[in-house]
This record gives sequence, C-alpha cells and structure tokens, in this order.
Amino acid sequence: MSKQSTPLRLFWAEFRENRIAVIALVVVVLLILLALLASVVSPQNPYDLANLSLMDSRRPPGFVGSGGYTHILGTDPQGRDLLSAIFYGLQISIQIGLAAGLVSLTIGTFLGITAAYVGGRIEALIMRLVDLQLSFPAILLALVIVALLGQGKAQLIGALVAAQYAYFARTAYGAAKAERGKDYIEAAVATPLSTRLVVMRHLLPNCTPPLIVVATVQIANSISLEATLSFLGLGLPVTEPSLGMLISNGFPYMMSGRYWISVYPGVALIILIVAINIVGDQIRDQFNPRLRR
Amino acid sequence: MLGFIIQRILQAVGVMIVMSVIVFFGVYAIGNPIDIVIPPEATVEIREEAIQRLGLDRPLYEQYLIFVSNLLRGDLGRSFVYNIPVLELIGGRLPATLELVLISVVSATVIGVTLGIYAGYRPDSWIAKTIMAVSVLGFSVPSFWVGLILILTFAVNLGWLPAGGRGDTVQIAGLDWSFPTIDGLSHIVLPAVNLALFKLAMMIRLARAGTREIMLTDTIKFARAAGLSEGTILRRHLLKLISIPIITVFGLELGSTLAFAVVTETIFSWPGVGKLIIDSIAVLDRPVMVAYLILVAFLFVTINFVIDLVFALIDPRVRRGMSA
Amino acid sequence: MSAPVLSVRNLRTHFFTRAGVVKAVDGVSFDLSAGEIMGLVGESGSGKTVTGFSLLGLIDEPGRIVEGSIKLNGVELTSLPDAELRARRGKDISMIFQDPIATLNPMLTIGQQMKLAIDAHERLGKRAAEARAAELLTQVGIPSAVARLRSYPHEFSGGMRQRVAIAIALLHRPAVIVADEPTTALDVSIQAQILFQMRDLANETGTALIWISHDLAVVSSLAKKLAVMYAGRIVEQGPTAALLRDPRHPYTAGLIASLPAMATPGTPLVQIPGTTPSLLSLPTGCPFAPRCELATSDCNTEPEITFVGDRGWRCFHPVSHARELTT
Repeated sequence: MSKQSTPLRLFWAEFRENRIAVIALVVVVLLILLALLASVVSPQNPYDLANLSLMDSRRPPGFVGSGGYTHILGTDPQGRDLLSAIFYGLQISIQIGLAAGLVSLTIGTFLGITAAYVGGRIEALIMRLVDLQLSFPAILLALVIVALLGQGKAQLIGALVAAQYAYFARTAYGAAKAERGKDYIEAAVATPLSTRLVVMRHLLPNCTPPLIVVATVQIANSISLEATLSFLGLGLPVTEPSLGMLISNGFPYMMSGRYWISVYPGVALIILIVAINIVGDQIRDQFNPRLRR
Repeated sequence: MLGFIIQRILQAVGVMIVMSVIVFFGVYAIGNPIDIVIPPEATVEIREEAIQRLGLDRPLYEQYLIFVSNLLRGDLGRSFVYNIPVLELIGGRLPATLELVLISVVSATVIGVTLGIYAGYRPDSWIAKTIMAVSVLGFSVPSFWVGLILILTFAVNLGWLPAGGRGDTVQIAGLDWSFPTIDGLSHIVLPAVNLALFKLAMMIRLARAGTREIMLTDTIKFARAAGLSEGTILRRHLLKLISIPIITVFGLELGSTLAFAVVTETIFSWPGVGKLIIDSIAVLDRPVMVAYLILVAFLFVTINFVIDLVFALIDPRVRRGMSA
Repeated sequence: MSAPVLSVRNLRTHFFTRAGVVKAVDGVSFDLSAGEIMGLVGESGSGKTVTGFSLLGLIDEPGRIVEGSIKLNGVELTSLPDAELRARRGKDISMIFQDPIATLNPMLTIGQQMKLAIDAHERLGKRAAEARAAELLTQVGIPSAVARLRSYPHEFSGGMRQRVAIAIALLHRPAVIVADEPTTALDVSIQAQILFQMRDLANETGTALIWISHDLAVVSSLAKKLAVMYAGRIVEQGPTAALLRDPRHPYTAGLIASLPAMATPGTPLVQIPGTTPSLLSLPTGCPFAPRCELATSDCNTEPEITFVGDRGWRCFHPVSHARELTT
C-alpha cells in the first residue's frame, strides 16, 4: 500500500495484469497514430489520381513501380500503393467508426436516460421503439437505410447510427433505471435541485461504466459494419476507399492468385477490430462487480 | 394459456402494423413511389397512367390503406428484373436460405454452448483461454472476411470444396434442398461454417458469462453444500438455469442470421433471399426490397411468438403465472 | 463430557486478492458436541460466513485454508481429497443460507431438488426417496408434504422456502449444520418459529448447530454457547449465560452494552467508538486496540487466547466484572 490507490490507478493496475489487453491497447493507439499521420507516413497519396499509373496495377509485394519506390505490400487494381491505401483506409474506417459510435452514444444515452428519468408514456414509447429495433439485425437496418438514402459519408454514418443507437439507449436505460429506483435519487429529486443537475451529477456517472463498455464494442462494430457495407458495394464512393472497399476491390482477383490486394487490407482491418474488442473485453470484465475479486 | 396466446398474437399483429407503416414511409414516402412500380425507362404516358391507376395522387393515408390491402391479398407487385410476382420469386429462394441458416445456427448453438459452459466453469484453464481467444476472433473478424479466407484456403489453394453455388438438390415437399446429396452437402459446408462462426463466438460468450454468474449464486453453493457432485450440478442445475437466456438468444439469432446470410450468400453465390436482396438493391428492384423487408419482419414476429411459447413450456414461473 | 463431533483448531482462511491478502479468518478454534447449539456472532466482515464455508471446504478462488485443523467425527477435513470431502458435505455436515429465494433452483420442483440431494449420498428407489423427502418436509412443518413435492419454489412463501432448505440440509441427518443467518431475510414472526423449530430439531436428532448471526439478541435466546468474532478472530467464547453476564473482552462488553434490552429506558444506547477495520490494513497487535478504551502499549502485540475453565478470551486487559456492571 505504498502508492496512493485512486480508482483510476487501481483500474490501470488491474488492466496491466492482462498482458494481452495491454498489447491490444498499444496496437489500438499505434493504429490511430498511423491513421492520423497517414499523409506523412505513406509513400504515396492514393487519392491523387495524378499519382496513379495503370502500369503499376495489381503488382505483387516488393514491386518497384514507376514512382521509383518499392511497393512493400504490392498495388491494387487502380495502381495504388497498397500500404498507402491501407493507411488512408485506416483513417476513413476509424473516422467513421468513431463518428458513428459517438453520435450513437449521445443519442442513445439521451433517449435512455430520458426514458428512465421521465417514466410514464414517454418511457414506454421510447423503450418499445428501442426494443423493436434491437430485435432487428443492425446490418439489415444499415443496408436498407443506405439503399434508401444513397451513398456517401454522412448517409453511411446515419445508417450506422440508426442501426446502433438502440444498444446505447438500452444500456443507459438499464443503468439509469436501476439507479433511479434508489433512495438517494428519490431524495435528490425531492430537493429543489434542477433536473439537469440530478441527471448530470447522479444518473449519468452511474451509467458511465456500462456505456464505456458498449461504446468500445460498438465502435469496433461500426468499423466492421462499414467494411461489410463497403464490401457489398453499399459503402463509400470508390474514390475514397475504406478498408472494406479495398478488400472488395481485390476480391475478383483472389481466384487468380493475386491474394494481396484483399488480404493485406483485411489483415489491417482485423488487427484493428480485434485489438479494440480485446480492450473492450478487459474493461467489461473489470467493470463487472460480480466477477470482481 | 389461451388468453396468453391471444395476447401474444395481438402483440404480434401490432408489431406488424408498425412495421408496415415504417416500410411504407421508408420506401413509398421517402423514395419516389412511382419508381417502385414502373421501370425507370417507361414513357411519360405509362407513368401518368400508373399514377392514376395506383392512386398516387390521393392523400397519403389512402395510399397506405391501398398498400395494406394489397399486402393482405398477398399482392406485393412484380419484380422489374425477373418480371414475375415478387412473392413467387422470394418463395422460390427461401428454402436455400432457411437450409443454410438452420444448419448454421443449430450447430453453432450446440457447439458454442458446450464450449462456453466449459470456459465459464474453468475460466482460468488454458483450454478456456484458447476457447475465448477463438471466440474473440470469431466475434471480431467481419464475416465477409472469414468467407474470403475460407474460399482462398479451401477452394482456391486446397481445392477441397466448391467456392459457390448450391450443388445438386433434391425435391422434398415440393422444395429444393441441398443437404441430402453429397454434392449439395459439399457446397453447403463453407457457407455454413462462415455463417456459423460468428454465432458460435456469440454463443460461447453468452454461455460463458451465464455459467460464470450462475456458478457464483447461492443456488450452486447450496447444491455443493448438499454434497452434489460437480457433474450433477452442471447437468441438473446449470443447464436448466442457463437454458432461458440461451433459448432467447437462439431465437433472436435465428432472425439475425437470416439477415446476416445476406453477406454469406453474396460471397458464396448461394442462391437464397439474401443474394436476391443485394442484387435487387444494386439494380433498384424496389418491389423485391419491400417484400423482403415485410417478409423479414414477419419472420421476426413469428420467431418471437414461438420463443414466448417455448418459454411458457420450460419456465415454471411463467407457466404457472399463465394458468393463474 | 463426550468427545466433540466437530473440533476446529487455529483455522486460518486467507484470500489472495489483487489488493493484498485478506485474512478473512485468522485464528478460529472451538469444539462442538452432539446436539449442541453454538452462536457465532460478529459484525459483517468479521469472518463468520467464511468460517462456515471453510468448515464445508467450500472456499472459492482466490481464497484457501492456509492453516489449521477441522476434525469432524475425528476425521481431519482440511487434508481430505475433494471427492471425499464432497461425500461428507450434505451427509455429515450441511449448510443453510441467508436468502431462501436465492438458494433453491427456480427451474426444478422441490421433489427434484430433494431427490438430487438424496442421490448425492445414497441409492434410494424413486418411491423411497419420495417418502424420505415428504417425511423431512413434514418434520420441518410443511403441510401436505407429498403434494408439495411437485411444487416449484416460487409457489412457496419465503419462510416455507427456508423450511425446504432446512429439510434438504437435514436429509441425511448430518452431525453438524452450519446455519448462516437463516432467519435474517424473513418476517419477525416467522423468524421466531424457525428459530425454535431448529432448536427442537437439534435436540431430537442430535445434530449440532452453528448459528451464524450478527444479532446477539437472537442468538443468545437459542445457543447454549457463544463465540464472538472480530476481524477474523474469535475474541471471546464461552457459555452464553456466563458470557452475557460477565463479558471479558472489551468488544463483547461493548456489544452487550449496546443491546437495547440492556439499556436503561430513556438513556441513549451505548455505542462502540470507531468502525470495523479493513481486513486489508489491520493494525499490528490487537485489531480492536484502536477502538478500545482499555488499550495500552501491551496491545501492540497480538494477545493469544486465554482459557479459564470453559471460557476463553483474547485480551491483555480483560474487563473486570464489577467495573463493567457499574458503567
């Protein structure tokens, strides 16, 4: 007991004990850095069509292209350097995953806490809708919305949010409802504190741990869902390929042995998603009071 | 019991009405409704005629009523692409999807629950850790990617199994099925594994979490204090207690796998409704899209209804509550 | 005096957690003869429940019995292999828990659960097992027992469920039953019924009873002898009457003084100053010293238990009889 044991420090100490989770966390941070610095670390700007040459398309890893440098991971059908395309694709995937995750988090938490706090008809209405949506697979909803709204970043994020906010709403509702029933909240409501204060000071903090867990999982899911939609040809426009789009572009060439076009972006995608999920798993286990030691 | 069933049927009808409203506004009101019935290349005269005939100049609520009455008569329009009634088109594709989904979900549940209970019972053993690592992979890796790798490995590199299609089929009860023939079976293996992996991971996690929580309850402690062997505790207490969440999820998964089949069917060119809907979205064959959504909603409602009935049969608390 | 059925010596059960070693039970010794009822009293966190679980060998990870001896009918339990320990649980020693709603499996009928508990130790035919189960249910005061075997736990009231749990614990006429606050979750009127029924059952069957409770008043009406726990140790033990009349450990004295029945009407209840220490950061020496007005520098080393006749206490400065009664 030499160190001061703040909750955060204890949390970190426990987290640190799972070596795999620590590695996963490092990987997530590294990938985010790579995505942020994509324009700096990439040998080529894959969105600049002037840079691309069809002469260089579908070349295997190690090929030295017309740009005069080695394509470490080969090139794709448009002649893009795959390594650069992966860095940029990472950026788009993370961007969309974070944006969809945070918007869903905000909307879902708002709806969930409102339902739990206000109660009555509004509660019934919101939660019925949420439950109905939860029973519907996210991918189907996203598919329909993209089909209806057309393609583009905003539409895609909209579709992902529509498919995922319900998870946050359920979680926030569950946590807030459990807390709402407790005596101290009743007491706080009975005092002339403003509603906002009660919610911000008492309800929200108690919803935070489960929401963090759901958020990690849903960000990973958003990234995966975006990749799936892109793979099905319903994601982003071809000019700004996300990881899913890169994989999709390579699929037709797989049968003829040009595996790298699909495989390397896929490996990047999987490392990202798996790492986020491992971190999320560890946080979930640490937040679960029934599994605590 | 009868009252319970009637109540549930009414609820199911309610959900279907809500769904029909959502689909109606989603497709008819947001999209241009005329596009649903008229191919884009049609002439202006045909368009005018169709708008008159379908009442698209009437108020929205009247249009909704027309939509519903057509729906109730089983008239969902004709596909632009295949030019046959949509219902017939989907009906012809449904057995392929159902076959794939059932095989996947059932095997995923049986294997997943077994592994998950083990992982939850001995959470610190290396086998449990391996199981969980595999499940994190299965859960994280997008299923389209797993499909690609399966094709690359077993179809392209090893050449053991076919990469797509349904293979030989046999007619049973007027519908085509793949599983009774060797060739059909060889075609179903890869897509079924692809579809099952995600569900397997899910079932493992669920069973593990359930087992861990149940094993800490006083019910299990009391059984141990009474001297029951661990085997008996697992077989008689744990399995009974864990069956409720498992059955719930089994039902939900049946529905969501139906939707996920979209991805698998596209990769493996499996001629089911999932492949059909993706093709329809690509060519804007809207009557098919509408029908598919209504169909999926209907299947969901039906599954939920059946699950409720199953609950009533296995959980004594619900069962007695109903007769009272 | 006959040989004790249960003899516990210097039991230590520690939990090896991330935050450190929690010495939940740290030096517990007592004897129990057939048919005897012993009250094990202490605040929550004092180690009474862990003591109970230790006796049955039901300590889960990350805890384990690190030292001490538990002899049941002369057999050392702490060194028994798991399978043999299991064969004794429910047969020679059984346990009842606090919350009857949580202990019974809601998905199985009472009859099925009793059959499982019978099958764990004997091969009985279906009919014989049913007869035994019904007999036990009748014995604990459940009317029309045969019909009730087909009922599910949710069809019983809380008190009835606890009776069912007691019946299961009694199925094999064990030498010892550990009852962990079995009436705390029940209505007061039902509490008394069960309390006295348990006493009668112990008398009739010769089963010894360890009654774990935080409520000194409840236990003292039932138990012939008492053991008071504080911070994982038994700080005082002895016959109930003598212990209540003339407590020697300052903590026991404080507990008794704070009983409402002991107070002069109209005067405030006496409280023990301070709070229970965390088991993670116990002071060296006597753990009660920081709250004790009699503590001196002697108390910086931990006192061993002193036995005088059938009484024992862990204190360098035992309360003197005359002084305690006048304050």
